[in-house]
Amino acid sequence: MAPVVQITDIHKIYESGEVPVHAVRGVSLDIQRGEFVALMGASGSGKSTLMNVLGCLDRPTRGTYLLDGVDVGSLNRNDLADLRNQKLGFVFQGFNLLARTTALENVELPMLYGRNRKLSSKEIRERAMHCLDIVGLSKRFDHFPNQLSGGQQQRVAIARGLVNSPQVLLADEPTGNLDSKTSVEVMGVFQKLNDEGITIVMVTHELDIAHYCKRNLILRDGVVVRDEIVKDRLIAEHEMSKLRSAEAAAKLTAAPGS
Amino acid sequence: MRFTNTLRVALRALRRNTLRSILTALGIIIGVGAVITMVSIGNGAKSQVEAQVASLGQNLITVFPGSFSSGGMRSGFGFSTTLTPEDADAIAAEVKDIDGISPEIRDRNQVLANGLNWNTQVNGVGPDYTYVRSWAVVQGTMFSEQEVKSLGKVAVIGKTVADQLFPNEDPIGQTLRIRNLPFRIIGVLGPKGFSIMGSDQDDVVLIPYTSHMRRVSRRSYISQLLIQATGPEKLDKVKQNVEDLLTQRRKGREPDFTVRTQEEIAAAATQTSKTMTLLLAAIAGVSLVVGGIGIMNIMLVSVTERTREIGIRLAIGAHGKDVLTQFLIEAILLSSLGGIMGVTLGIGASQFVSYYNGWPVLVSTSSIVVAVAFSASVGVFFGFYPARKAAQLDPIDALRYE
Repeated sequence: MAPVVQITDIHKIYESGEVPVHAVRGVSLDIQRGEFVALMGASGSGKSTLMNVLGCLDRPTRGTYLLDGVDVGSLNRNDLADLRNQKLGFVFQGFNLLARTTALENVELPMLYGRNRKLSSKEIRERAMHCLDIVGLSKRFDHFPNQLSGGQQQRVAIARGLVNSPQVLLADEPTGNLDSKTSVEVMGVFQKLNDEGITIVMVTHELDIAHYCKRNLILRDGVVVRDEIVKDRLIAEHEMSKLRSAEAAAKLTAAPGS
Repeated sequence: MRFTNTLRVALRALRRNTLRSILTALGIIIGVGAVITMVSIGNGAKSQVEAQVASLGQNLITVFPGSFSSGGMRSGFGFSTTLTPEDADAIAAEVKDIDGISPEIRDRNQVLANGLNWNTQVNGVGPDYTYVRSWAVVQGTMFSEQEVKSLGKVAVIGKTVADQLFPNEDPIGQTLRIRNLPFRIIGVLGPKGFSIMGSDQDDVVLIPYTSHMRRVSRRSYISQLLIQATGPEKLDKVKQNVEDLLTQRRKGREPDFTVRTQEEIAAAATQTSKTMTLLLAAIAGVSLVVGGIGIMNIMLVSVTERTREIGIRLAIGAHGKDVLTQFLIEAILLSSLGGIMGVTLGIGASQFVSYYNGWPVLVSTSSIVVAVAFSASVGVFFGFYPARKAAQLDPIDALRYE
């Protein structure tokens, strides 16, 4: 089967400053369906730029990008918007939920644009509720973002990313603003989704978070310096119970099951 | 995005900053309110003038004396002494499509009656006068052709004169002294109200013009000549014929008269109030424009404030057009709601002005429609730039915006 993401010799040069910045210097990459990839690298390694290119938010200066067989380079602004709407789901570091808008309405948002704008409002509501259910937040559908914890907000954002059944879910440092326990919780959601067959690409600079993924890509100075399959992969469910036991031992919370 | 959703999003955005929305809309509210109030006052004044013009009579043509030259000295208009009752007779005899004709000689005199005296307008007129001016004689009768021919000492008095001289009595049959000459009152006119010039038309005594010329003013010329055409379509034709006939009777001398139809008088009289209305509306319109700039300002602030929101929407698949529509709808909603509230304010203010100043006020539907349509287009015009600015944002930049 053809890879869902196929990039060949991608370059990105920013010309905005006095000196052109060569952020990505020839990256070629295939991502198959069902993969769970972590893009890692230090600040300035070009991982965010690559992520923006993968997310069709930015165009590469050189190189080709085939997303689900579509050559992204040939598309105009509106086609790109439709592509983002239909084939990609976004999860951001800062959650980026609309303030003073309920969780449900936030999840409905992608369906208001693109091809799905013809759906009936009942259908939109049902699909949004279903996605909130997947991330375990259907009971809090009417909460505003400021009434939700960070982890819950990020789960709402994941539900929003899922709602149009994307080919790839892109997450830019999804645990960057979360504490370690909540991070594990969110990674658990990602692992569950990946087990159901959703392709996930995430950017992170935390090694332990990257260990929840199946494949790690390390970028340095705009090139991929390492591409490896994670051997001792962490399973969020196990880590969660370990954390709970540790917390119970430290009397932070009640022991599990009691 | 579907329209209902766009509308809902816009309403929510406005509600999020209720006070700011109200203050922004206030510019439009005041602007529209001012336009409607000003136009209403102007229209009221215009309709009053029109009513006064209509009170002149129907299908009326007036011949005014013009200027004259005497030994090289030229007088101004209205001073010619060559318009005579004979001109009236000639017109009556030779011009077709005339329903009535009456000379009018105007003079002010002190009149005495019933032990009281009163300074009033004493006008010499023909028997057709009340008919030509559509003026009802509510008591008694108008004097006849016979009384005109015989220089009859009879008078028909206006309502004001009747009230002043005969506060508690029936004036019919009483004697009125003008320049010490006794005139028998044979009729009382119905109320007519104020003229275009603002004078009380009911403050008048009508006597046969012959008597006026021979006994009272001892003048050989008349002040004006009133002619009623048989229909509005005949006005121009009759006017032309009257001019031709009078010119012919002047035998090659410079024309010393002016002929005006009622339409011309009406046009001249309403010109002032039209200009006034336009002026007031223009001033009020300026406040609408200022209100529009307020909307633009707030929309620009709103776009800046919500840059991240725009970024999110663009990232998840909104087209530039969707964002443009969203902000444009918001601006239009703001200005239209302001417009509707402005209409309410304008109508209220008009009623207030009418009630406290006693000015006639006419709220016209057209001014309401125009004001609301204009306020909505103010929204489009001043909302477009901020909306386009939002639509053209780069999704990455917008998402990174702090």
